[in-house]
Amino acid sequence: MSSALDHKNATTPAPDAGARGAVASLLRMRELPVLIALALLVLITYLINPLFLTAQGVKDLLLNATIIMILAVGQTLLIITRNIDLSVGSMLGLVAFGTGSLFSAMPDVPIIAVFVIGMAFGALLGAVNGALVTLAKVPALVITLGTLYVYRGLNNAWAGGKQYFAGDRPEEFGALSVNTFLGFPVITLLAIVVVIAVAIYMSGTRPGRDLYAIGSDPDAATAFGIKVSKRVFLAFLANGALAGLAGVLYASRFNSVGATTGTGMELTVVAAAVVGGVAIFGGSGSVTGAALGAVLLTTITSSLTALRVDKFWQQAIVGVLILTAIIIDRVASLRTAKKLRISEARNV
Amino acid sequence: MFTRHSSLSPKGAVNFMQQTHSSRSGPAEGEQVPVLTLSHAAKTFGPVVALADGTIHIEAGEIHALVGENGAGKSTLVKILAGLHHPDSGDFQVAGQSVQFRNVAESKDAGISVIYQEPTLFPDLSVAENIFIGRQPKGRFGLISKATMVREARKLFERLGVPIDPTRIAEGLSIADQQIIEIAKAISLDAKVLVMDEPTAALSGVEVERLFAVARSLRDRGTGILFISHRFDEVFDLCDRITVMRDGRYISTHRTADVTVEQIVREMVGRDIGALFPKTPAEIGDVVLKVDGLSRAGVFRDISFEVRAGEIVALAGLVGAGRTEVARAVFGIDPYDAGDITFDGRKLRPRNPQVAITAGMGFVPEDRRKQGLVMDLSVARNVTLTLRNKYTTAGLINGGAERRAAQEWSKRLQVKTGSQEYAVSTLSGGNQQKVVLAKWLATDPRLLIIDEPTRGIDVGTKSEVHRLISDLAGRGIAILMISSELPEVLGMADRVLVMREGRITAELDRADANPESVMHAATSSAGGTL
Repeated sequence: MSSALDHKNATTPAPDAGARGAVASLLRMRELPVLIALALLVLITYLINPLFLTAQGVKDLLLNATIIMILAVGQTLLIITRNIDLSVGSMLGLVAFGTGSLFSAMPDVPIIAVFVIGMAFGALLGAVNGALVTLAKVPALVITLGTLYVYRGLNNAWAGGKQYFAGDRPEEFGALSVNTFLGFPVITLLAIVVVIAVAIYMSGTRPGRDLYAIGSDPDAATAFGIKVSKRVFLAFLANGALAGLAGVLYASRFNSVGATTGTGMELTVVAAAVVGGVAIFGGSGSVTGAALGAVLLTTITSSLTALRVDKFWQQAIVGVLILTAIIIDRVASLRTAKKLRISEARNV
Repeated sequence: MFTRHSSLSPKGAVNFMQQTHSSRSGPAEGEQVPVLTLSHAAKTFGPVVALADGTIHIEAGEIHALVGENGAGKSTLVKILAGLHHPDSGDFQVAGQSVQFRNVAESKDAGISVIYQEPTLFPDLSVAENIFIGRQPKGRFGLISKATMVREARKLFERLGVPIDPTRIAEGLSIADQQIIEIAKAISLDAKVLVMDEPTAALSGVEVERLFAVARSLRDRGTGILFISHRFDEVFDLCDRITVMRDGRYISTHRTADVTVEQIVREMVGRDIGALFPKTPAEIGDVVLKVDGLSRAGVFRDISFEVRAGEIVALAGLVGAGRTEVARAVFGIDPYDAGDITFDGRKLRPRNPQVAITAGMGFVPEDRRKQGLVMDLSVARNVTLTLRNKYTTAGLINGGAERRAAQEWSKRLQVKTGSQEYAVSTLSGGNQQKVVLAKWLATDPRLLIIDEPTRGIDVGTKSEVHRLISDLAGRGIAILMISSELPEVLGMADRVLVMREGRITAELDRADANPESVMHAATSSAGGTL
């Protein structure tokens, strides 16, 4: 029956999904609270310290968010399926150091090739995680906690005390993080393209919807004939590729890459996803939300600095933000559940 | 209360085994090719024979009932149809084609849809998406077209005459609506056979009517429906033919118009109650537990009974009759609205299992893996779990004393384990049950509530567990046993209480209890035919 699609009808929304429906669905959006919080934060900081929103200030905000944004998108793919990858910081470190090594060994390598190699390297690391999780049937939390240390150990052994600096890399490569297009740094635009592409994949394709189904009820997904292991494996692989991309961008953005690059990043990434409305038990949330969460998390650090809040307090405030996000989300979902039950009772 | 049907029809008088043989060639009636035939399918799990002869022939455009006691093999048969189990032997055809399903998807592709008592939807996804998951309609750029999906779902619900909003998420939907969604999915999949496994168990009267209306309209469009239910009024109201199963075997198939409830009940239970359960007579003493007018809204009503020292009282009835719920309330796990529980002459406070344990009650739950044992702990630790205080010095567990106590009880109950230190999960089902019993016996109880004592235990160990229970009664312990297995009830109990839909419908002495009287009280209103 679905094959007999009327193309014209398929693209025009149903009659009752008009303006009213659009507003309603906007209000239902899980991303909305994050967006509001972000707007308020920027506004308040700007009112107190107008220097916060100079061209350079905005550029810095976006640059700071870019790498976490990409990592949060990858992490969201996994969290939606009730998995997690804690080794992203280590993967990023390996790829970033690898990028430095590559430029040092072959200074003339085309930049596009660096991106391809970096992402392939990340995909390989992610695939190892995915294979361990899906074959050994051990929770991803445990597996990736292990690979967090393994990958970091590899990075230490490979780098030793060595560091590569921006001066070792071609100028065009570093320029990606300096040049802007319509006010946006090039690497930020790249990240936005990634967010949009993955968002469309998640909401508009069957494999994307399968990921939600898997996280919503893994047993039911198996019973439905959804290839759970394959989908989860591919999600790990994609997350690795995105971590690889983030690693290459890290090498472009920051001066030095070495043995400790990316240490501790995994927690910021998970926090970004959670703040962005991705349910930690899977099944709901969006990559757009996670990306906004990343922007909010990095912006709050900058604005606390701009507001001259004691550095010691900044982490505590970020923690409170995370807890608030979770509580708001919980309250909202309880309220929705109650509303659904009531509407249900009226139907019968 | 139950009168044996005096005038047996010739068909009913035929020996069951003969009838099984005579129907080997398949039901003679019906000139068309059945849409689904399963013949002589067998399935064993280790030593347990779950299905010895699974046979069912479903025609297009009929509603076919499958009835049988708990454990008759109905669920196994359904799981074979659904592609969850693979039969060890037998012939399986759909629309005249031999099939061998490796998984659920293949069964679905062949046109079989199964609706379970509690459907498994994806709570976070929309209703429309739940219907079309994995085959969402595509629109522009090969992306999923939500609008089309919602419109198609709406059409399905209109066809079924049920107003469900396709855009809402599935979380919070009533079970009735979830089943309707499963049916909508089956229609959209163009299912040839719809299997409904006890769909009405959790539905209200209105919801049942709605479901039946939908089922009838599907039948009239040519869908073959297999309907599994314990409620005879529903079976006789809805179904065109009835197939009876017993002990994992096909017994008979009748046209509904040709049979009576009595006949079906007899075929469901008719078997030898052998000397399998050596009940030793015990001296019956004073009343230990007295339950008076116990009620809990929507769960059970006006439950009154007594259990005496040394007496085994069986709580019989179908799954879902409220037996476990009564036991849980008596033990203080669940609350109740009205009534009194008196133990040894003292009123018990509700909702407090600790009080019940201190007073001398023990509870062996139905699902021992989840509720009765800590599977990863050692045998010794499990046995002494209920009396930690006894072997504790200054808050620390005294390992030596614990081991000695555990050893003693394991020996007495003949738990077969390599070591007291092995994890309980390594033991067989029967031995696990012995560990649970040992755990409670170590507390020196006056009353033991045992829920389904031999579920999932192989035949050999079963009689050992029975011997043990009988032995305990002989020592003066009062036993309240919940069991869905008729031979167990009839073989073990001094008295049988039968529950149906939250009420006690019969109290039978050992002498009066027979398969017909118990089954009848469990399935229909006392005395009458439907």
